[in-house]
Amino acid sequence: MGNVIGIGASPKRKEDQRFLTGRGNYVSDIKRPGTAAGVFVRSPHGHAVLRGIDKSAALASPGVIAVLTGDDAKADGLGSLPCGWGISDAKGVPMKEPPFPMLAQGKVRFVGDMVAFIIAETPEQANAAAELLAVDYEVLHSVVGVLEAIRPNAPQLFDDVPNNICCDWELGDKAAVESAFRKAAHVAKLSLVNNRLIGNPMEPRAAIAEYEPGTDRFTLWTTSQFPHVVRFLMGALVLNIPQHKLRVVAPDVGGGFGVKQFHYGEEAVITWAAKRVMRPIKWVASRSEGYVSDRHGRDHVTEAELALDETGKFLAFRVNTLANMGGYLSTFGPNIPTNLYGPLLGGVYTTPAIYCNVKVVFTNTVPVDAYRGAGRPEATFVLERIVDVAAAEMGIDRVEIRRRNMIPKEAYPYQTPVLVQYDSGDPMGCLDGALAAADVKSFGIRKAASASKGKFRGLGYSTYVEACGLAPSRFAGRLGARGGLYESATVRVHPTGQVTVMIGTHNHGQGHETTFAQIVSDKLGVAFDNVDIVFGDTDRVQFGMGTYGSRSLVVGGAALSKATDKVIAKGKKIASHLLEAAEVDIQFEAGKFSVAGTDRMKTFEEIAGAAYVPHNYPLEVLEPGLEEQAYYDPVNFTYPGGCHIAEVEVDPETGTVTLVNYTAVDDVGTVINPMIVEGQLHGGIVQGVGQALFENAVYDESSGQLLSGSLMDYCMPRADHMPMMKVATHSTLCTHTPMGVKGCGEVGTIGSPAAVINAVVDALSHLGVTHVDMPATPNRIWRLLQNASLPVAAE
Amino acid sequence: MTVQISFTLNGRPTTVEVEPATLVAELLREQLNLTGTHIGCDTSQCGACVVHLNGLPVKSCTLLAPALDGATLLTIEGLQGAPGSNQMHPMQEAFREHHGLQCGFCTPGMLMTAVALATEKPDLTEADVRHGLEGNICRCTGYQNIVVSVLAGAAAMNAAKGE
Ligand code: FES
Ligand code: FES
Repeated sequence: MGNVIGIGASPKRKEDQRFLTGRGNYVSDIKRPGTAAGVFVRSPHGHAVLRGIDKSAALASPGVIAVLTGDDAKADGLGSLPCGWGISDAKGVPMKEPPFPMLAQGKVRFVGDMVAFIIAETPEQANAAAELLAVDYEVLHSVVGVLEAIRPNAPQLFDDVPNNICCDWELGDKAAVESAFRKAAHVAKLSLVNNRLIGNPMEPRAAIAEYEPGTDRFTLWTTSQFPHVVRFLMGALVLNIPQHKLRVVAPDVGGGFGVKQFHYGEEAVITWAAKRVMRPIKWVASRSEGYVSDRHGRDHVTEAELALDETGKFLAFRVNTLANMGGYLSTFGPNIPTNLYGPLLGGVYTTPAIYCNVKVVFTNTVPVDAYRGAGRPEATFVLERIVDVAAAEMGIDRVEIRRRNMIPKEAYPYQTPVLVQYDSGDPMGCLDGALAAADVKSFGIRKAASASKGKFRGLGYSTYVEACGLAPSRFAGRLGARGGLYESATVRVHPTGQVTVMIGTHNHGQGHETTFAQIVSDKLGVAFDNVDIVFGDTDRVQFGMGTYGSRSLVVGGAALSKATDKVIAKGKKIASHLLEAAEVDIQFEAGKFSVAGTDRMKTFEEIAGAAYVPHNYPLEVLEPGLEEQAYYDPVNFTYPGGCHIAEVEVDPETGTVTLVNYTAVDDVGTVINPMIVEGQLHGGIVQGVGQALFENAVYDESSGQLLSGSLMDYCMPRADHMPMMKVATHSTLCTHTPMGVKGCGEVGTIGSPAAVINAVVDALSHLGVTHVDMPATPNRIWRLLQNASLPVAAE
Repeated sequence: MTVQISFTLNGRPTTVEVEPATLVAELLREQLNLTGTHIGCDTSQCGACVVHLNGLPVKSCTLLAPALDGATLLTIEGLQGAPGSNQMHPMQEAFREHHGLQCGFCTPGMLMTAVALATEKPDLTEADVRHGLEGNICRCTGYQNIVVSVLAGAAAMNAAKGE
């Protein structure tokens, strides 16, 4: 049954049946016989010396099986959690890389740092025992903000990291930038904060670990975006388990957005503990636990300056950023505010000189790592805010100043002054498309209508480029990556012509089971229903780097395309024998191998059958079977981009900002499944709107307590916060990926914060407001309005 | 100490022994193996756990199991037609048709809320739906396709009633 469904179609998703009927299989749904419950005891202090732990009362508590601490891990000779990127300063001095023990040793460095793991018969018993664990803390001063952390007398997290600075990183030609600034007709300056965010995938993190003494094998089920990487990091570097003795499975995962792509200490502890107690163990985080243990995102303090000539042409851009790493280096931590930030500061503009300095700083907060967009939303926010500031100061229209500086379509490939070379793009086309779709022409009428109700309406633009499809291994290696960033796919054609694909990426909402099946259906001419996609299990999938950085379709899809080509090539060899024709004369089209210029042909199923029933088959020159594997290492990043336009209404009485219209035109390259791409854009945009208007991780300065530690205190966007969005694509094809795809998972989150804040500032500009930090909450806006209106009232 | 409770679960009479402090969401997931009802938070904010108690949507993470005694409970597993059939409820069909889900984690709760909204007010508007989904968080979809799905599902439920 079923049809061939090709590239560009929007079949309904294969994965939906199970999710819609409650039959998904998430980690917390899995039950293993004899499972014990695990609970982590976490530090209630931001910064404290761990003077000792008295286990006795907890151990005596009913149902308790074991209590494990950092000392036990040390005694077992276990390693610390590895950091996947090592960056260096301009002189080549490597970053400071203090150990990140899986259970705290000597000191705790953030509220939520893991102190002990308690295993009991039931979660209730484990929780009860956790209450009885006597931990002796000597509380120290916490430091949570980057500005405070680098002050001379600030509390020091690590003895050998002076001023809490992990690395003083820079990029770009400092001298060229300085000389351009000297010649500038105008210099725009802006100080801003990029607020700390918490990813909040709706499925909390969870893990189950099991040890089988009969085979000496471990299995870890975990909510991960990259099970093979967990197997590698945890097995080889933390627990010393040989790779072939360790199976890591990430089944259905309920959203990730980056925060499930790191190797977490919980995974290592539970796996180690499963062998110590010889029982399967299950741990499921509560949402509040997630707030203090899921890696956070963003958290920058930035000073930026843009030099312009008298016509508004950008001459140079200078950015100094303090980036918060939290208490330890997480898997990709130091890479995010450096390699994924600095090289994107060129945006879609021809700025000839750029210099960026980033001080990567430790503080007593949850470690910060990649969250949707990771580095690129931060770069876009700085750039698109300062362009608006410059336009306002120079009296140039905001669209006009962008046009004057945009890279023209013809100028691609375009080499930026900050490492990267964009292969293709059309920023002006995206801008024009967005202007039309947003009906900017009649904005004045809408603004007047708002004014008549006493409201302020504003329009905000954000044009952006992002680097995705992480990444050419060679390039990544030069930037400090300690792993490769290729992807793998195996296409297994069964004797009856159905296909199972094993792929190294992970599907946690992006619809891979559908999109990848479309690619195979399209290329092999096999019915869409006859293709299954397998992922997320190191025992079933050969290898893979997982899903993050919008790399699945770009890198994984390319590996799949390559493997599919190999299947066709082998099929041609078989067909040439069966049809008694030269191999060069065999054509493959629409599921049929035929001899050019004749009506002699074999169907794909016939060839598959012959490969497995090789009665009349060239066994001398060809092995039986029809299964091919490919690894693909990209030649460049891909560079999606686009233009987002937000329209807001501000109620001066309450300070409430209402998003009333939102338009996005994005260049994501070839669109395989328009329905899925649109869904990714919607979701991404709302995460960015969340950052701009609602979301904020707030710490108490002196105690290091996370004040926004639950869904009651951290405002997540809800359905009635949003208008109907208009999203469209305006695609140029990527010149170096097999299908021309660029990636789409993060573009929404990259484009939207600046668009929304630019709209808020526009709405308030008549009051002299030139900048608003995120999130633009009613409280923040109301205070701004009180201050802004004071002089007016005094007149 | 456990108590015995009897209730109708997805159309079937059910009797279980529970600890009095057991939450309905836990009872369903742990004791009855109905893992379609999800737990996404600990503060009754997310709505991943919504089920119908006597026809009304409730957050099952906020309800103690003894309250079920004598009641009628519908979970996501009971929403579609006959057990084992692949026939889906019109609201489920609408979510598939309009791409109202991505990772699927919020989806059971969304569907249960959506069916309740459409049952309560057959001529739903976009504003009604957005307001009605106040207690359900989705981190993936940006809500747009969920809203479209609920409107379409409500229309389909109306049409089915009219037949
Ligand atoms: S789990 Fe019930 S509302 Fe979140
Ligand atoms: S589909 Fe993932 S949370 Fe809604």
